[in-house]
Amino acid sequence: MAGFDKRVYSYEEAMQGIESGMTVIAGGFGLCGIPENLIAEIKRRGVKDLTVVSNNCGVDGFGLGLLLEDRQISKIYASYVGENALFEQQMLNDEIEVVLTPQGTLAERMRAGGAGIPAFYTATGYGTPIGEGKEVREFNGRHYILEEAITGDFAIVKGWKADRYGNVVYRHTAQNFNPMAATAGRITVVEVEEIVEPGELEPSQIHTPGIYVDRIIQGSFEKRIEKRTVRD
Amino acid sequence: MALTREQMAQRVARELQDGFYVNLGIGIPTLVANYIPDGIDVMLQSENGLLGMGRFPSEEEVDPDMINAGKQTVTARPGAAIFSSAESFAMIRGGHVDLTVLGAFEVDQEGNIASWMVPGKLIKGMGGAMDLVAGAENIICTMTHASKHGESKLLEKCTLPLTGAGCINRVLTDLAYMEIENGAFILKERAPGVSVEEIVEKTAGKLVVPEHVPEMTFDA
Repeated sequence: MAGFDKRVYSYEEAMQGIESGMTVIAGGFGLCGIPENLIAEIKRRGVKDLTVVSNNCGVDGFGLGLLLEDRQISKIYASYVGENALFEQQMLNDEIEVVLTPQGTLAERMRAGGAGIPAFYTATGYGTPIGEGKEVREFNGRHYILEEAITGDFAIVKGWKADRYGNVVYRHTAQNFNPMAATAGRITVVEVEEIVEPGELEPSQIHTPGIYVDRIIQGSFEKRIEKRTVRD
Repeated sequence: MALTREQMAQRVARELQDGFYVNLGIGIPTLVANYIPDGIDVMLQSENGLLGMGRFPSEEEVDPDMINAGKQTVTARPGAAIFSSAESFAMIRGGHVDLTVLGAFEVDQEGNIASWMVPGKLIKGMGGAMDLVAGAENIICTMTHASKHGESKLLEKCTLPLTGAGCINRVLTDLAYMEIENGAFILKERAPGVSVEEIVEKTAGKLVVPEHVPEMTFDA
């Protein structure tokens, strides 16, 4: 990896440095826009005791669900975890700690983490179990709770196209949590469908500027659909 | 007769106004999209990052990168915008969405809502519901008036863990349309053929009954 050339050519290289006990922030919503090959590489490496930050935890046998099979995740921050029988079983057995976090708060905690903001106030969750034990402040007659930023040792991201400088664009709603995740990793790894020549991506259309990105890899993707719905 | 799910969606759709940005939750709220009145244009917001959700795709149009907040494959309509989750919740939290429609387990006379967790049962998470109820000024809650065992879901005080405090101002059940004001449900309309007495009997919270409670009408 010389200068601004962030390309790597194997998934082993892409996830080099990941160790047991680390925090991994993952982009994706459901199975849409998930870094499926980077997740598979984490499974292959067998690192354990991971803290994962992701809106969901995949499904049985795919996405982050893969990391449940060998009990690699000890703690997860997520907003919705209802699609996964193995997850349910590990949660009921207290084998995995779940920190349920409202979806908008989760997105903003990642964004804040990447933007150097240690915490922020939000009305979301005030007066609910989510607000319990958190600092409360009143602004203009309304109550807000203090939520802290999240950063990770690694951020794993799925993009559509990138250049070797690490500039990334996302495709349709596969964007979701990926841009925030990309900013919040000490090491940010982005896998994309296509690496293009510098200059091919329109500068004003870049979603994630290369400054946030450490490694870029081109892969091929299954892109499994969770709820295929068509009109009559 | 209690309203069907379709009739509930039809009734909610009458609250849509031309130019509204609307977020529809999962279940009955999703059906509201089928009853948008002729001559008005609304933009549907899906909190995974889509403003201007279109209809479901044809077989040829199915795209794994194009889903809604319920994780179903969808299309984007002309004029749609797609953005990150942080941007999506900025528009929700910032009060830019004109109307939010979502389901609930319980609502109480103070406008508290419980919709995400039943202690002792499996907890799947709140998704975007807490952000939606905290951010919207204009929320309609759709739910059945009472449980299968006849227990009221319109309470003096919610018994389940809250999704949001003091944020609900309108409720449509299968029996009635109500507004919440000054610590009480105000009965505004009743389902066709449902008596005020039945609604009173099935409402555990404080219910204010005006002298005249019109009956909802639906096209056959």
